[in-house]
Amino acid sequence: MKTFSMGGVHPADNKISCDAAIENFPIPQTAYISMSQHLGAPAEPIVAVGDKVKVGQLIANASGFISAPVHSSVSGTVKSIETVKDIAGNPCKAVVITVEGDEWSDTIDRSEDIVREIKLDSKQIVERIKECGVVGLGGATFPTCVKLSPPPGKKAEFLIINGAECEPYLTSDYRVLVEMPEQVLIGASIMMKALNVSKGFIGIEENKPKAIEILNGYAAQYPDIKVVPLKKKYPQGGEKQLIDAVVGRKVPSMGLPIDTGAVVQNVGTALAVYEAVQKNKPLFEGILTVTGECSNQQKNFRHRVGTPISAIIEATGGMPENAAKVISGGPMMGKAVSNLDAPTLKGSSSVLFLTSEQTKRQEEYNCIRCAKCVNACPMGLEPYLLSKLSRAQRWDDAEANRIFDCIECGCCSFTCPSYIPLLDSIRYGKGQVMKIMRSRPKK
Amino acid sequence: MSTIIITVASLSILGLLLAVVLYAVAQKFKVEEDPRIDIVESLMPGANCGGCGQAGCRAFAEACVKASNLDSLYCPVGGNPVMQKVAGALGFEVAEKAPMVAVVRCAGSCEKRPKTNTYDGIASCAVMNSLYSGDTGCKYGCLGKGDCVSACKFGALSLDPQTGLPVVDEDKCTACGACVKACPKGIIELRKKGVKSRRIFVSCVNKDKGGVARKACSAACIGCGKCAKVCQFDAITVENNLAYIDFEKCRLCTKCVAECPTGAIHAVNFPPKPPKAEAPKVAAETPAA
Amino acid sequence: MKQLLVSPSPHVHGKENTRNLMRDVIIALLPAVAVSIYYFGISAITLLLVGIVSCILVEYLIQRFLFKGKSTIGDCSAVVTGILLALNLPPAAPWWIMVIGSIVAIGVAKMTFGGLGQNIFNPALVGRVFLLVSFPVIMTDWTAPASLFGASLDATSGATPLALVKEALANGETVREVFANDPSLSYSQLLFARIGSAGEISAIALLIGFVYLLARKVIKPHITLSIWGTVIVFSGILWLCNPDQFTDPVFNLLTGGMLLGSIFMATDYVTSPMSTKGMVIFGIGIGVITILIREFGSYPEGISFAILIMNAVVPLINMYVKPKRFAKEAK
Repeated sequence: MKTFSMGGVHPADNKISCDAAIENFPIPQTAYISMSQHLGAPAEPIVAVGDKVKVGQLIANASGFISAPVHSSVSGTVKSIETVKDIAGNPCKAVVITVEGDEWSDTIDRSEDIVREIKLDSKQIVERIKECGVVGLGGATFPTCVKLSPPPGKKAEFLIINGAECEPYLTSDYRVLVEMPEQVLIGASIMMKALNVSKGFIGIEENKPKAIEILNGYAAQYPDIKVVPLKKKYPQGGEKQLIDAVVGRKVPSMGLPIDTGAVVQNVGTALAVYEAVQKNKPLFEGILTVTGECSNQQKNFRHRVGTPISAIIEATGGMPENAAKVISGGPMMGKAVSNLDAPTLKGSSSVLFLTSEQTKRQEEYNCIRCAKCVNACPMGLEPYLLSKLSRAQRWDDAEANRIFDCIECGCCSFTCPSYIPLLDSIRYGKGQVMKIMRSRPKK
Repeated sequence: MSTIIITVASLSILGLLLAVVLYAVAQKFKVEEDPRIDIVESLMPGANCGGCGQAGCRAFAEACVKASNLDSLYCPVGGNPVMQKVAGALGFEVAEKAPMVAVVRCAGSCEKRPKTNTYDGIASCAVMNSLYSGDTGCKYGCLGKGDCVSACKFGALSLDPQTGLPVVDEDKCTACGACVKACPKGIIELRKKGVKSRRIFVSCVNKDKGGVARKACSAACIGCGKCAKVCQFDAITVENNLAYIDFEKCRLCTKCVAECPTGAIHAVNFPPKPPKAEAPKVAAETPAA
Repeated sequence: MKQLLVSPSPHVHGKENTRNLMRDVIIALLPAVAVSIYYFGISAITLLLVGIVSCILVEYLIQRFLFKGKSTIGDCSAVVTGILLALNLPPAAPWWIMVIGSIVAIGVAKMTFGGLGQNIFNPALVGRVFLLVSFPVIMTDWTAPASLFGASLDATSGATPLALVKEALANGETVREVFANDPSLSYSQLLFARIGSAGEISAIALLIGFVYLLARKVIKPHITLSIWGTVIVFSGILWLCNPDQFTDPVFNLLTGGMLLGSIFMATDYVTSPMSTKGMVIFGIGIGVITILIREFGSYPEGISFAILIMNAVVPLINMYVKPKRFAKEAK
């Protein structure tokens, strides 16, 4: 079975919410729709206080090339446009809407039927995806339309749908694959048409046999899309690792996936593309897993963007007694939540509760140079060295040892037997080195 | 006996030969340098702290020798005496600069600024700052992980275990500015040392609206502007809900100190006041603790 | 409301920690320990206990009173050093020599550099070599003390196979003659029991430990296998050139401290390279130097010196031999 060529770790699976069918989360009374739901510049609000909005109505325009428009996820009155705090407590601009009923925009096709025929041509597809504010839902929330328009001189050869979901606990992609396999396949076909490629792959880790089986059942209908079962190993879902695992090509240093001819999109993104192109439904909903051993309930919710995280916690039985940390995303790369009142975003994939025993950092010991971090690093770097160089602020040496290749997967910190938080310092060092590299005049 | 003679003789000849080789190489690859660089360097404090903006003391000496005047070059560690000597050696004139000192502009001690979450990562302000807004309600204030302390080459900074805030040792501080650069929140400022080391400054950098700031920290500047009104020298400006005292204009009259409702304005090294002025006395003691 | 924890990712940690790793190394050493106790009885037990206790004590005292830091003996690395040092000494060695060895191993070779993870040289080997140089008579006296269980080594001679051969060569005999005259040099003897230090007497016990370490993924096989490979190839070439002068590869592999050294000492995390390429270079270096010392040097055994010499090269290897990177440099 295929997997990526070097490094990786095997964290415990813990997909305890995998059998919970997707439920619609109740619409909140007030929605806080953030303007920074994507990589790049925040969107510009185009509504005013007191305006009536419908579900799916455009409320903010993209403000740059790498930016995405934002649509209302609820219907009601714009209460204010103010600064709210995101999950990390940092301020971000948001449109606050008082919810009245649930009136959808007329242009959205709300029927349950699966629309298989792709009517739009390549250009129209990209345009529609852009208008609907679709962003990558694998974590980076990079605007999808940008990925679907390769830069001049680069040609896409195939599309890879990322169904690896290698992060422990998370099950949102899995539920989508199990419950809406055909929508995902149509979404993939749409993107293949947009890219003008004839080959598609869906990479799924072997710990999701049901998803692999269901998708294989559609093989006859979608012959261009091949299901690739992958050996379970973290970080399989990393873009560079997935391309390596599925087609055996390696993205060059500082390069983009397109340099290998690959375009990688997440399962959730494929669903969003399907809904945008076939149903004309902008991206204002997302699938989110509520899980953790200590969690009161194991759920997979379809939530409206802008729902406060505290409301989701409330609806699932409140904050678990022994939860010590709340994470948005998986335990390996997710962000710790310090502000529970923060609203969900397009890219929110989970609310994960961890107990103190599971997550509290242990006391740090001396590095014993066991090289476990070197063996675990999927990019072939030397985390022990990069961490040391970062702590000493030796940026030149850090650059020479290619700190910029780090994908921040956390394998090094995970595996270190001395509990050294290697990634903490490497991530900071990477930021500093990238800053220095960007400030250099181009040759 | 002959063994010893042969050994000594052969080693001596070898030594001589190598000495000739070394001399020849040294002559061939000699680098011509302005001898004044060595002279200036010998005048420097030799801490190589980088406080002057150069890579080290020798780099500073080179810059001094190359420069046409010394206006933009200043060694904060050596201060005026060293600069006078440098100017003397190079035949320049140099103006006196007022001595400066690093000032920590945050009074959010553990009791005044309660923690809202527990940080569990590596002890580095820079890492913590890039992760999130901090473990208190105030996103402007001191993170208390001591990046400034480790940046200080003179041992002038230390974390007060009681307050969790850095404390500057005025005698050791050379105003090199390393801590100013190290602080990701921009709390530390170089201010004029002042007459008898007396200084008045706003010990807060919170730009939130008064209510929000006050809720997060009882020692916060709430931007009420009372200090600016009472100041007779136009030294105080209030911008973005935050007061700032211009140390060039401040005459150390301490009127603003009494006026501040939250005690955010600190006056240090003033003689104790008569008992009726309660607030400034408390404020004056805090940084000294 | 209770305060939430906030930290950068990752938020979970694997199960491995330093103590577990050291515990695995100790478990891997148990077969060899058992064999030495079986053959040497009380004196083996004494050596092991004195070794472990004195190593722990030296580390504790230095950490507590010189570094004034928290005790680090909990990581069990001192125990490993103690056992390894004990396995490296002749079975009849007096207990006090073990104490001196521990002071040198932990005090000089480890703690002066800053403790676990900071030392350049393998502590147990530094201790052993110090003793070998300082007390050459005691350190080469291989008479077997009384066994607890009535077991005894068949060999009657008081010299290790390597020393036997070295001596015979010096006396003008050829290798072939030595082997023909001495039954203790047969392969079966070498594999199961032979004269030597406590840790050297059973190749099988050491190999079991090796398999355990590999199965638990405590070490990678690269260092050990490249030492073996080099020894076989290098000594094989010499042997083919002149079988009267040089011993054969299998003999070289099974005798002396080769197995103990290549499995437990050369693979010490702290003093071996980080990348797999570096590990191979390190192993080849050890193999070549060992054979050079054995065949051309004055000492009968050379692996301790070989490992120590290569230890000194490790920082250089780490600097220049980088792991294979995932991504090629962009064009």
